[in-house]
Amino acid sequence: MSEGRRSADVIVIGGGIHGCSTALHCAMRGLSVILIEKDHAGRHASGVNAGGVRQLARHVAEIPLSNTSMALWHRIEDLVDDDCGFTSDGQVLVAEDEEDLGNCRARVDDLTLRGFHHEELIDAAELRRLVPAVSDACPGGVVSRRDGAAIPLRATQAFKRKAQSLGADIREGVRVTRVARDGGNWRVETDQGAFLAPRIVNAAGAWADRIAADLAEPVPLEVIAPMLMITARMPAFIKPVVILRKRKLSFKQFENGTVLIGGGYLGRAIRDENRTVLDWGKLATNAKTVWDLFPIMRGAPILRAWAGIEARMPDDLPVFGKSAKHEGVYHQFGFSAHGFQLGPGAGAVMAEIIATGSSNVPIDGLGIARFATETESAVHSAH
Amino acid sequence: MITIETIGQVAEHYDIAVVGAGPAGLAAAARAAELGLSVLLADENPAPGGQIYRAITTTPVTPRAVLGEDYWKGGALAERLKPTTTAYAPGCTVWSVAPDEAGGVELGLSLAGQARLISAGQVILATGAQERPFPIPGWTLPGVMTAGAAQIALKASGLVPSGRTVIAGCGPLLYLLAGQLAAAGANIVAVLDTTPRRNWLTAIAALPDFLRSPYLAKGLKLMAAARGKLPFKTGVTALAAEGSGTLTGVMVTRGGATETIPCDALLLHQGVIPGINLANAAGCAQHFDTVQHCWTPTVDDWFASSIPGIAIAGDGAGIGGAESAALRGEIAALDAARRLGRISEAQRNEKAAPTQAELARSLRGRRFLDLLYRPAPQFLAPPADETIVCRCEEVTAGQIRDTARRLGVTGPNQMKAFLRCGMGPCQGRLCGPTVVEVIAQERGVSAEETGYYRLRPPVKPVTLAELAALPPTDAAVKAVVR
Repeated sequence: MSEGRRSADVIVIGGGIHGCSTALHCAMRGLSVILIEKDHAGRHASGVNAGGVRQLARHVAEIPLSNTSMALWHRIEDLVDDDCGFTSDGQVLVAEDEEDLGNCRARVDDLTLRGFHHEELIDAAELRRLVPAVSDACPGGVVSRRDGAAIPLRATQAFKRKAQSLGADIREGVRVTRVARDGGNWRVETDQGAFLAPRIVNAAGAWADRIAADLAEPVPLEVIAPMLMITARMPAFIKPVVILRKRKLSFKQFENGTVLIGGGYLGRAIRDENRTVLDWGKLATNAKTVWDLFPIMRGAPILRAWAGIEARMPDDLPVFGKSAKHEGVYHQFGFSAHGFQLGPGAGAVMAEIIATGSSNVPIDGLGIARFATETESAVHSAH
Repeated sequence: MITIETIGQVAEHYDIAVVGAGPAGLAAAARAAELGLSVLLADENPAPGGQIYRAITTTPVTPRAVLGEDYWKGGALAERLKPTTTAYAPGCTVWSVAPDEAGGVELGLSLAGQARLISAGQVILATGAQERPFPIPGWTLPGVMTAGAAQIALKASGLVPSGRTVIAGCGPLLYLLAGQLAAAGANIVAVLDTTPRRNWLTAIAALPDFLRSPYLAKGLKLMAAARGKLPFKTGVTALAAEGSGTLTGVMVTRGGATETIPCDALLLHQGVIPGINLANAAGCAQHFDTVQHCWTPTVDDWFASSIPGIAIAGDGAGIGGAESAALRGEIAALDAARRLGRISEAQRNEKAAPTQAELARSLRGRRFLDLLYRPAPQFLAPPADETIVCRCEEVTAGQIRDTARRLGVTGPNQMKAFLRCGMGPCQGRLCGPTVVEVIAQERGVSAEETGYYRLRPPVKPVTLAELAALPPTDAAVKAVVR
């Protein structure tokens, strides 16, 4: 492992879609980049998630990042020379009853006041037009028409390859053991020697809390394992991705006919072994929701179920932006099971912040400082 | 033995759950039950026996000479289970095995269209072997099947392929099956042996052990019988199934010359490898066995896997044959009883000693067979680009080579994202080993470095309705009551 560079303008820790996207955008800005990944690019959350490319139903704090990202998704092939399997048939949030629909209406009204127009309230007729197979009982919902889905591992690998083609040095199979200050640089120690850079990006996903702790910025990161199931090929019956409000469900049919069922039920993550254990009881509940909503699916054979290892923050929002303590340290993790769509845009914004010091895309509310007092006071009260 | 007919008859919990009723599973279940443990023996087939003793209690083939004396030894294993309290569930698919939070193991079962989750203190996977995939151009044509499939039809239903039949490949089972089919009345027009001549060079070092092994007499008898009666062609270096819509012949290359043998059935066989899907999906560590040239779960001397509570006995943990499988089942059962605290370590050791000695004897000579019948590289990684490798998703060898080269895909798990190979209903059972070989060859690295698929439960499909109707588990009920 002596070949290749040992220092660069930027070191990105973590080869998920966020790390790869940040590496790519830094390289596009002419910065030299080393990306360090302990397994291979997209091995965890970025490669095995549901692939939803969704602006729909996001927390207002991350809508600007999501919007930036969506613009990139719609020209993804120009950006990374691969279509990433991206299709844009919209995402629909189905209201299961009138009360549910009332909440949808309030949400869309609120977004309109804030100047966001990507979510659109739909009635029963439009819902039926978009999702003919949905149960007759559902009175309407919300659609985000530019949303869609992509193939996660393929997309992440495309970002990696493009970054590489622009000169980024991607080191896979290299594990970071410690991060520390070294004069004007940050020293990233790994199982294959040390790397130096004045700027580092912590994009280590479910392992990012360890990097943050090394930097004396501890975060209350929870390691989670959201589960997914996929069926055998079915006749084509649904175009948009469907999600629910009251019950957990994310549901979509790929062009090849297979149907992906998810929604965020959690299995068990064994993070030090890169392993997850499924909870079939919860998957049964997930299956029951589909059974209720899509009668056509009742006989579908489930071929596989799996879970990725992801990071969740207590407020379900990512940690994104400059370190609160250190010059030259940037955080980009904790995407709380909905970070895939944000990858392309977040990388662009992060690279802009690294290169220019700031970005016009508002990221208020995502900073790591929001956990500082909470964690420190928790530590104090424990003593 | 209590035969389970509906999913409702399965208990919530067993001391030991054994998956698979072949020699290893039958022996493990019997031994565990004899020790006083509560045992569930779940098996996909309608009758016990696994593959090698398939349909031992029900076969319509009664002349003993047709299937050979070894086959009938399976009867004793099935008999041994009868006086025990083992709950035997035929036609029962185990689609998931995973450690639970209580320190035991959770199993997902499906029987007659209904699913259920149960728990066991210990699980013994006795999932046996599967045939090594043998992709040649045209192998998906109707009329082409594996030799093992033909053997199943013979044992279970007394059927032989009709018309002109060709058997091709290598390994001891090839000769066994050729002999069995011929004895049962099949019209075998050629036995095409692909054993590479140079394999003798590496195998010869292991010959002394083989000469003292129980395989020797058996093997020589098989070879002599098959060779004497059947039209053998050795030194085959390439094969292609021909026909449009259905098989009409097989193109054979030997010594640089090519001929076409017209036939109606082509039976392919390139040895057997461990059936690892359930163990892999359960998270059990595995390694590449360079002698047997296949991925193999990693087990200790007592056949315990890397996952607490899960042991793997029989050919599923490395190919050793029926006799050794039964012995390994016994040993695994003894250690499972020890881990449950039902017998002491000293008792385990004492009871296991004679079986371990017998096991060592039964495996002597195995290495010679493994080295001699290692498939030639061109049959592990098909050179013809148009050869289909992944049958579920119709992915060809050329596509895999191209993707590995152009996109720098380094392993089978990444390949899934681009070509979907291994993502169909068989979950890589039929393409996994070949995909690994093709990527390894293209990258110029070993199969070991290339890695294998991370498999996912359910290892056999379960319907959405079955899953949705899963009865709530004890824990879930308690959570609600609380």
